[in-house]
Amino acid sequence: MADGVMKRMSLIFKSKANKALDKYEDPRETLDYSYQKQMELLQKVRRGVADVATSRKRVELQMKKLQQEGDKLEGQARKALELGREDLAREALTRRANISAQIGDLNAQYEQLQGQEENLVRQSKALEAKVEAFRTQKETIKATYTAAQAQAQIGEAFSGISEEMGDVGMAIQRAQDKTAQLQARASAVDELMASGALDDPSGLAKDDITRQLEALSSGGAVDDQLAKMKLELSGGAAAKPELEAGKGTSYANKSDEISDADVLKDGGAA
Amino acid sequence: MIVRILGEGQLVLEKQSLDELNELDNALMAAVEAGAQGPFDEAMAALLGKVRELGTPLPVEEIKPSDFILPSAHSSLDEVRDLLSSDGLIPG
Repeated sequence: MADGVMKRMSLIFKSKANKALDKYEDPRETLDYSYQKQMELLQKVRRGVADVATSRKRVELQMKKLQQEGDKLEGQARKALELGREDLAREALTRRANISAQIGDLNAQYEQLQGQEENLVRQSKALEAKVEAFRTQKETIKATYTAAQAQAQIGEAFSGISEEMGDVGMAIQRAQDKTAQLQARASAVDELMASGALDDPSGLAKDDITRQLEALSSGGAVDDQLAKMKLELSGGAAAKPELEAGKGTSYANKSDEISDADVLKDGGAA
Repeated sequence: MIVRILGEGQLVLEKQSLDELNELDNALMAAVEAGAQGPFDEAMAALLGKVRELGTPLPVEEIKPSDFILPSAHSSLDEVRDLLSSDGLIPG
């Protein structure tokens, strides 16, 4: 009967370690070389942990942003119903359902990242302990044994630590693949939002539902203009007349203007 | 004997657990070869669960190669197949 999964995998790891071991004439050199590799790997693991944390935070922000957007659409749907526009309410709720689906998706990703982060932290601590133990063993072996004697002593420590490094290295790679995937996904969500497919979260350009609601309840453009002019004449020095014009109906937009702009900035810098 | 579950660490098990593990491992291998997702998921969960149940963690300061190595939990069928077909996936 051929080897099963667990035997084959251990053989693969062992052959990898043996290849590295064969590269050096004096086995004691392999100890120093391996130690150097271990330190490099530790650095990489720490960076990996930081990268996963960054991705997780980005997903968190996007979820918050989408949540606000969903709340806003719900408010719009209610407003539309009050004004007897069931068609608009339906449109708003349809968009809200779309956003809920995106949030559900992101939440699954978020949980995976959280798990990965915890695993990496745990593995990094274990590796740290092993590297320290290896350093001590390495000095003992080098001080006590001749090159020929060292051979046997080194075998176990070397394949043991290679296996650990292989395992941690794979975990890092998986984490990197996952964060790359998420970056792509996060950008896709950003693009959807920017294109208006998920509605416009920036609050700068008003979406069509808001516009229609405003047209309905403001009593027409003339009233709007009059109000705006009055405001200007009274010295109100409206810094953002285009936003002031929507006063009274675009309340749902107002609260997230600043936070959304910040979120977008953060997202772009990440 | 020592068994490593990738991503989790090494566990020490009694030698006589091997028969039981081999049986579960054969089921896993068969599922991988057949490319059968359902049986694969079941076999992975059973084998990893058994190793966790019977094993005690090897202290982290001990540096020893494992007798057996298992894929990490939630590995996909494709990932395991790739792992077995080459050593290209193990960095370093």
